[in-house]
Amino acid sequence: MSFRIIGTGMYVPPKVVTNDDLSHIVETNDEWITKRVGIKERHVSETEFTSEMGAKAAQAALDDAGVKAEDLDLILAATVSGETVSPSMACMLQNQLGATCPAMELNAACAAFLYLLETAAAYFALHKEYKRILVVGCERMSAILDWTDRSTCVIFGDGSGAAVLERGDGYLDSVCTVKGGDDVIKIPHFVGTSPFFNREQDTPYIHMKGQETFKYAVTAITNDIQTLLERNHLTMDDIAWIVPHQANARIIDFACHKLGISTDKMFVNIEKYGNTSSASVPMALHELKESGQLRRGDKIILCAFGGGLSNMACLLEY
Amino acid sequence: MVKEKIIEMLAEATDTEASEINMNTKFSDLGVDSLDMTEMCMDLEDEFSIEFTPSPEIDTVGKLVEAVEKLTNEG
Repeated sequence: MSFRIIGTGMYVPPKVVTNDDLSHIVETNDEWITKRVGIKERHVSETEFTSEMGAKAAQAALDDAGVKAEDLDLILAATVSGETVSPSMACMLQNQLGATCPAMELNAACAAFLYLLETAAAYFALHKEYKRILVVGCERMSAILDWTDRSTCVIFGDGSGAAVLERGDGYLDSVCTVKGGDDVIKIPHFVGTSPFFNREQDTPYIHMKGQETFKYAVTAITNDIQTLLERNHLTMDDIAWIVPHQANARIIDFACHKLGISTDKMFVNIEKYGNTSSASVPMALHELKESGQLRRGDKIILCAFGGGLSNMACLLEY
Repeated sequence: MVKEKIIEMLAEATDTEASEINMNTKFSDLGVDSLDMTEMCMDLEDEFSIEFTPSPEIDTVGKLVEAVEKLTNEG
């Protein structure tokens, strides 16, 4: 017994920043960004904190599911760009939504939404009385970027995505992998002002090695998807959609090349939002559902990868 | 064999005639960027059952052929 998804929602702040806009901030251009990562524009918060964007996606998912916040049994949230370390993002959301249930945050960077689903499945198994769990990925990536670094500031965007899960049997299988280390992707924490600490600290912005990240991501996607298919005696023909983490369109395209499948199988919306880290999978899932191309009973695969290094994929029956 | 395969891959990826690519050809002259290199090296890994990560020093076809041949001979 696990869950099925009964509602989804997303939110992005109104401010749109195009590649041309970025060319006035750092030395870059639309052609370079489009070719390298497949992004045309992204949304950036001007006034909203991460939790406020998360609450809007969460409320949209609750409305979509026809569920009231007070009827939730648990809120699970993920972020790498929350405005506070404590209270956790999940506690901030509980407050803003007017919920009264327990709430917990989890960090698995860009793969976190998948880890939220896995954790939700575990909670449904542990607490037989739980009926509904809210899962939310929300990010203000613009807050943790070095806006003088053209290799990272053009890639990310702000946004939030959420899903309401109800006890059911739609979560069929999952595969989780962690290769711990900070040499490929790192987001250092806030630098304190301790008069006693005399070791050099990194700047609190995203640090990422592009080629290593690319190779890791493609390998993660292809291995995880192949594992799920083989373990469940399925072929790609049985899968209606793959919803990958929207990190880089070329990662997705090259993973398709490696898997020997058409890119039509992948739902991609990165051109509009950039990489929104933990929010990218629920945002893509929501847009896929809203497009009318996702039907009840469809088997889908969600897959994500990111800092940790953490990657995960899951097989769902929608 | 390694040389022919690499030239074939480059010709296809950059829409260039294979006859125009030789051991002295620089990747930058073909418009090959670092992600193109990563993609090609991942294909080479599968093709020759090796593990290989490109480095900035490998900037010509000849240097790439030499590096891959060394790994295949080691295997």
